[in-house]
Amino acid sequence: MEFLYKPWPWYVAGPVIGLTVPLLLLMGNKRLGISSSLRHICAACIPASIPLFKYDWRKEIWNLYFVGGVLLGGFIGGVVFANPDPVAISSSTLAYMQTFGISKQTGLMPGELFNWGELLTSRGFILMIVGGFLVGFGTRYARGCTSGHGIMGLAALQWPSLLATMSFFGGGILFSYYVLPYILTL
Amino acid sequence: MKNLKYLLVGIVFGIALTKGEAISWFRIQEMFRFESFHMYGIFMTAVPVGALSLIILRRMKLKTFAGDAIEIPAKEYHHGVIIGSLIFGYGWAMTGACPGPLYAQIGSGYTATIATLVAALAGTWVFGFLQKYLPD
Repeated sequence: MEFLYKPWPWYVAGPVIGLTVPLLLLMGNKRLGISSSLRHICAACIPASIPLFKYDWRKEIWNLYFVGGVLLGGFIGGVVFANPDPVAISSSTLAYMQTFGISKQTGLMPGELFNWGELLTSRGFILMIVGGFLVGFGTRYARGCTSGHGIMGLAALQWPSLLATMSFFGGGILFSYYVLPYILTL
Repeated sequence: MKNLKYLLVGIVFGIALTKGEAISWFRIQEMFRFESFHMYGIFMTAVPVGALSLIILRRMKLKTFAGDAIEIPAKEYHHGVIIGSLIFGYGWAMTGACPGPLYAQIGSGYTATIATLVAALAGTWVFGFLQKYLPD
């Protein structure tokens, strides 16, 4: 049963992700999209008469079940059947990470950066809190994320989604080359 | 529970993201540095599989399991598509998480990323609050 613990190659993970697009449509006309869940949670918890949050979020509750499933899927894939070996990143990425004191390790995230204590440092605060804030702010501004624009939108040949995909890749590339090194040395 | 099926699809989606290492901060850095094909391979297979499925759904005029016509609304252009996505890209490079992985990272045992999810909710809320002042 060793294969259950192995990571999936891209040509297995990609098609499974792609197949959720027709599956959700067939199950009930649902369009794959995950950043909407953040909006629904805001609408359910603190709508504060803000127009963006004034709608009946209960009609979109399927989306909250879906992201609940994603969390459970993370547990099954990352804890129950955790890969016992380090993520097989390229040697050049690994060498680059080591210049910032990030060691080769098992697990999907660098333990040095993503732990509770690190939240109290400027480096961890920027990576997790500022970073998370920008993910929520930016995806709502764009009305979609990697799933809604990058996968669903591109699969449906929507040109605004192509612009969105080029922009979030562009933003990420610029940021990791020109800004991230300064944050990692804080 | 008619919504339970979406939980199941979510679980499969989450396992694929996690086992495909798309929720890994290491993999996201590697992708943005163009040092491996792995993440690009995931996109370049997920999108055509999705697109081909949509073509099949249309050609065969398939209906939902409940018998309704399948609707795929068009995505309309607004400037937020570019401005918002650039901002999201910065956040993705910091956290290693787009919104799907926000949830899967927590599930995979990195509980500190609960803070990332809460911050993303705050970002969504603040966008809603500021929306009327921002160019659409």
